[in-house]
Amino acid sequence: MAVEIPKDTWTGEVHAVTLGAIEADGGTRTKTVTVGGEKTLPFMHFEGETPNAPVVAVEIKDRRPDDWSPLLEEAWGSAMDDPAAWAKAAEEAGADLIQLSLSLTGSDGNPTTPQAAVDAVKAVLGATGLPLLVFGPGQADLDNELLVPVAEATKGERLVLGLCEDKNYRTIAATAMANDHLVIARTAMDVNLAKQLNILISDMGLPLERILMDPTTGALGYGIEYGYSVMERLRMAALQGDAMTQLPMIVTIGIETWKTKEGKVGDGVPEAWGDWKERAINWETLTAVTLIESAADIVVLRHPESVKRVKAAVTDLMTV
Amino acid sequence: MALSGIQIYKLLPQTNCKDCGFPTCLAFAMKLAAKQVELSACPHVSEEAKAQLAESAAPPVRLITLKSNGHEIKVGNEVVLFRHEKTFYNKPGLFIRVRDDQPADAVKAAVAAVDAYTVGYVGMDLGLDGFAVESVSGDAATFAAAIGAVRTVSGRPLVLISKDAQVMAAGLGAVDGEQPLIYGADGDNWEAMADLAKQHKAPLAVIGSSLDELAELTEKIKGKGIEDMVLDPGGRDLSTSLVQATQIRRLSIKKNFRPLGYPIIAFPCDAGDPARESVLAAQAIAKYAGFVVLGDFSPEKVYPLLVLRENIYTDPQKPIQVQPGLYEINDPKPESPLLVTTNFSITYFSVANEVEATGIPTWLMVADAEGMSVLTAWAAGKFDAERIAKSVKTFNVEDKVSQKRIVLPGHVAVLSGELEEELPGWEVKVGPREAVDLPAFMKQVL
Repeated sequence: MAVEIPKDTWTGEVHAVTLGAIEADGGTRTKTVTVGGEKTLPFMHFEGETPNAPVVAVEIKDRRPDDWSPLLEEAWGSAMDDPAAWAKAAEEAGADLIQLSLSLTGSDGNPTTPQAAVDAVKAVLGATGLPLLVFGPGQADLDNELLVPVAEATKGERLVLGLCEDKNYRTIAATAMANDHLVIARTAMDVNLAKQLNILISDMGLPLERILMDPTTGALGYGIEYGYSVMERLRMAALQGDAMTQLPMIVTIGIETWKTKEGKVGDGVPEAWGDWKERAINWETLTAVTLIESAADIVVLRHPESVKRVKAAVTDLMTV
Repeated sequence: MALSGIQIYKLLPQTNCKDCGFPTCLAFAMKLAAKQVELSACPHVSEEAKAQLAESAAPPVRLITLKSNGHEIKVGNEVVLFRHEKTFYNKPGLFIRVRDDQPADAVKAAVAAVDAYTVGYVGMDLGLDGFAVESVSGDAATFAAAIGAVRTVSGRPLVLISKDAQVMAAGLGAVDGEQPLIYGADGDNWEAMADLAKQHKAPLAVIGSSLDELAELTEKIKGKGIEDMVLDPGGRDLSTSLVQATQIRRLSIKKNFRPLGYPIIAFPCDAGDPARESVLAAQAIAKYAGFVVLGDFSPEKVYPLLVLRENIYTDPQKPIQVQPGLYEINDPKPESPLLVTTNFSITYFSVANEVEATGIPTWLMVADAEGMSVLTAWAAGKFDAERIAKSVKTFNVEDKVSQKRIVLPGHVAVLSGELEEELPGWEVKVGPREAVDLPAFMKQVL
């Protein structure tokens, strides 16, 4: 019996966004990474093109963090004391991209200075040829204070600056525009909020080809279903032709996973949770792959073993 | 062919008696057309209309039930491709594979561990559903003995795996009166397997290497009077399995294509690598499988999968909530500390579990934030100083605590000034952002 397979016909497609710039284009990266460009739902190769595979960014910090899981400390070892060494280790672990999170304070307890932020970013750029994403500490004033000098000191690199949110996007978007960088627009698990912020940022004059969106997710067990469904809805809207949703999506899975008790804690948890390390890596890997299947283009991870597993899954998913 | 709502309406009594629970026959007809209700909800429909409507009224993905003594699992009956369109209803069954060439003691030990396994998640006890017993020996008596060994330690439902009809007959004989899944029928053995399915009133898994072949086989088997089937379209890698499962679900939901209108069985156990197995199983859970067979059991493997299954099958229209109120943890006294959080159940249980584990007697006030987490509720204006102050009054907190001090979640530290204004005479303290950091905070600060 010949079964006629129903194919969805889509009128829209996701913008292709290129991260990083090589020397000829005004940067210093040895390679660039392009995400997006999908013409169909994730991995439906029989009905439309998925020109660019989802990629993995590895999160590193400008200094050894105080509150990361011992499992992550075990995995990265002394590289955590030096962002350049950490970036190299992340690249060796298979990262497609490096995501540098600036800390709120230096190890002396004082707020991170713009100079320290610039130094850390330059050190990472010097240590790896991969495209770089730089996130502020997550407090509006300090984010702006740090990201502007970082953007200026790295003009032309096509860094990704994070995070633009509805209450604080102008400064970051403006400096990205002035210095040839990209931004991430983050909203709280809602299709309309995501569209609205994309409109606000593109109205400032930043082209859509330089915006990634982060619809926010929870980890497995902590609200993954909200991230999962909002990403499915955003991607369907994009394919149906809604211009303000046609951006590649990034989700910060590492931070979400490793703050859960399942990831962070080994002692005093139920026996039914099983081996700590394997459970934690499963937690991060399954969160990532599930969200990749619901349309994530970039997943930010923390553990090298998860990186390996997620990349293997992506290779499998991209096989036609 | 599926009928439209109007076509269905013409076949109904048109009395608007409301016995079906809908205000009019037309409203009921529309729900029938959308596959959101069963025709049996109408007690007055004529036999003639019933026959005509049977095809249209049947769910696009057939409901399949496995039964054993005291256990039952139902899968299928799904009506949407994406959970946000409505919800996914029947969680896929998670089965652990055992083989008949393993020593009986090893089988028993493995099965007993799975049978006893439960893990708590947001107030629920989650566990696995049953066992897939595979004939590797090819010997009927060995297969029956392995099934017998499973049954000495667990009564959970079974999938029986063999393509040899004689071996399968022996297996079915070992669990007579139950309703296991027979796996399975292919192009060579389908007639004999269909006979067994009929004889034992058990659902039959149908194995094909393409959707064309599967559809042809299910039609032949249906011709022998078998209605309850499960599909194995053969894909074992992430790409093929995702495409096949999606195509089958689309054909069922969008085209009402009956030959493939059955649940799917997935075999992550064939991955050959535990890491890949977990990823395949997670995909099967999110993307349309009815049965998922895992190779072996370990808590660190199944706990994440059980949680994923709960998350994906949560009704998106109804966030899981707990009752707002003042909760007593570890038998608090008037001088015990007071924490506040929201009534999203994941939030509540994360906080309550941490507090309970400290052993510190504590009052936990759960504010009505319409079932949202702290940060989401705050962003949506459902968890602000006014609401928290109102909860303090509504739950008569002042009558129960002697120490007027309230601890806010770290994510809403910005509310502390306003809250001090709303609650004159109270001290407002800011706690950690994440529940996991509560024990350290409580021991040091409170």
